[in-house]
Amino acid sequence: MKITKEETLALYKKMLTVRAFEEKAGELFAKNLIPGFIHLSIGEEASSVGTCSVLNKDDYVASTHRGHGHLIAKGADPKKMFAELFGRITGYCKGKGGSMHIADFSIGILGANGVVGGGFPIIIGAGLSIKLRKTDQVGIVFFGDGAANRGTFHEAVNMAAIWKLPVVFVCENNLYASTTPADYSLAGGSIAGRAAAYGIPGYNANGNDILEVREIVGKAVKRARDGKGPSIVENKTYRYRGHFEGDPQKYRTQKEIEGFKDKSDPIQLFKTILKKEGTLSDQADKNLREEVYSMIEEAVRYAQKAPLPKPEEALEDLFINP
Amino acid sequence: MTERILSCSEALAEALAEEMGRDETIFILGEDIKAHDGIFGQFKGLHKQFPEKVIDSPISETCIIGAGVGAALTGMRPLVDMHFADFFTTAMDEIVNQTAKIRYMFGGQAKIPLVIWAPDGGGLSAAAHHSQSLESWFIHTPGLKVVVPSEPADVKGLIKTAIRDDDPVIFFQHKKLFAQTGPVPKEEYCIPLGKGDIKRQGTDITLVTYSRMTYLSLEAADQLANDGIEVEVIDLRTLKPFDFDLIAESVKKTFHALIVHEACLTSGFGAEIAARIGEELFDYLDAPVVRVGAKDVPIPFSPVLENFVLPQTDDIIKGIKRVLNR
Repeated sequence: MKITKEETLALYKKMLTVRAFEEKAGELFAKNLIPGFIHLSIGEEASSVGTCSVLNKDDYVASTHRGHGHLIAKGADPKKMFAELFGRITGYCKGKGGSMHIADFSIGILGANGVVGGGFPIIIGAGLSIKLRKTDQVGIVFFGDGAANRGTFHEAVNMAAIWKLPVVFVCENNLYASTTPADYSLAGGSIAGRAAAYGIPGYNANGNDILEVREIVGKAVKRARDGKGPSIVENKTYRYRGHFEGDPQKYRTQKEIEGFKDKSDPIQLFKTILKKEGTLSDQADKNLREEVYSMIEEAVRYAQKAPLPKPEEALEDLFINP
Repeated sequence: MTERILSCSEALAEALAEEMGRDETIFILGEDIKAHDGIFGQFKGLHKQFPEKVIDSPISETCIIGAGVGAALTGMRPLVDMHFADFFTTAMDEIVNQTAKIRYMFGGQAKIPLVIWAPDGGGLSAAAHHSQSLESWFIHTPGLKVVVPSEPADVKGLIKTAIRDDDPVIFFQHKKLFAQTGPVPKEEYCIPLGKGDIKRQGTDITLVTYSRMTYLSLEAADQLANDGIEVEVIDLRTLKPFDFDLIAESVKKTFHALIVHEACLTSGFGAEIAARIGEELFDYLDAPVVRVGAKDVPIPFSPVLENFVLPQTDDIIKGIKRVLNR
């Protein structure tokens, strides 16, 4: 896929934004400043940013419990996201959702989801709606390797295939479903490989290489937009943090984590490419990081100063016509 | 007002045809809804009139409901057919965690104009997997509206309102009532949700019921009228929201209340109604509120067993006499 220098830098900046957001969220959580629990996507930025970079504003995204990256990548406002994490009234969901339930319908984000595999049926509905309304939109559902074992996955892929829905199933295979390794729980060993059973394309991508993710998801999105039906893309990636913040991570070694950080960090890999082609100097990188990290600090300041909801506002927003 | 005699299934099909003709965002998704016009004939003629908007689904209840949610979130107004209410179990996450909660947990950003249509109830020797009355599960889930009409005119007026409503509605129709006929106005009309209907006026006892039990309750009331007992029969029609004002008005007149439903007794909706009457109308009661419901077992197959488990007209008569101490 063709890409200009400006676009490449914008992608790089977006990846830095996701990482900065997640690092800051982890830091605030560790200080007990964020209630509940959070799932961070550090290490998976090429998948979220690469995928959303080939989408239009009115395309739909069904996200997951590990959804901060998808939101930022699709264009959500980190201020309103942090405000939600802090349970403030100015948050995306007025403090009713929290980390696992952020949505922004104005940019097609149909919501993160607290139920693993909960996004599949919803994106089928979005796909059907697109088809019935005869628009050129596309729906993306992000999911992990664990969700590929839910019945919803199989029902949804089958439905999308028989109706040729404009949907792309984007798996972020980070090797672990919570604590359970994919090589233990995944029959056949390949999520992309399952596409063959439904007669649709299945693609493997190096999920840490943003240009490859863009290329492959872009192909699947074009196919969907052209009315040729759904595809499965399996972005092979890795999460650096636990399943949730505070996860003791007895299921893997520190050595394994460090290995991924050293050899296949998505931001580092992209930076190397950008430096090599002369798009990004060390100084420009430093400036960009400063800009991004200070923007995130500003978002946190905004969120911490934002008002809390009134307790009785818990009774609002259930029905449109009570 | 001009009226015709229609069955409950004809009333539904007529209402849907009118609504689909009026609003092109409405579509129907479900299993076997083309070849059989829906397994109870409830969608008769619709796929011919609206070929693109009546969609046969694979046997994938989870995705049928979920697709309804996704389509409702993105500008459509779907009616999804659950085939049998018993199959709700295969799509509970989509109903309880997604349909009911999405608007709320996203801070009111979304609307979900979705009707989940489900045939329920027993009395057909359909046994434990095709006979249940599961309305209480959904009444107990904040975020859903629940409709349980009995007569054809109510089916028509309520389904039109349910379809036009911007909130998710679970719309039950009793399987044994599809062939039930009744007068249906020819003119355009809608019935608001949350409004009950007095199907028979009486002065001695308030009988609160809904769905098929309305007919059995009316039979019981007819029989007792011969003994000089005048039963007021209230058909709630909608359970969430429900018309407590109508119940209160009646109880303040009769000082006695009986609640009748086909769902099993324990934790059935009757318990909620009885509690509300106890909390708010205690001073008006001359006797304890009594409930009649199915016995707490799965619905058995053999008619002799099923008839014993489900409330019959005689059980309702006994219930009335118990309240009135007669």
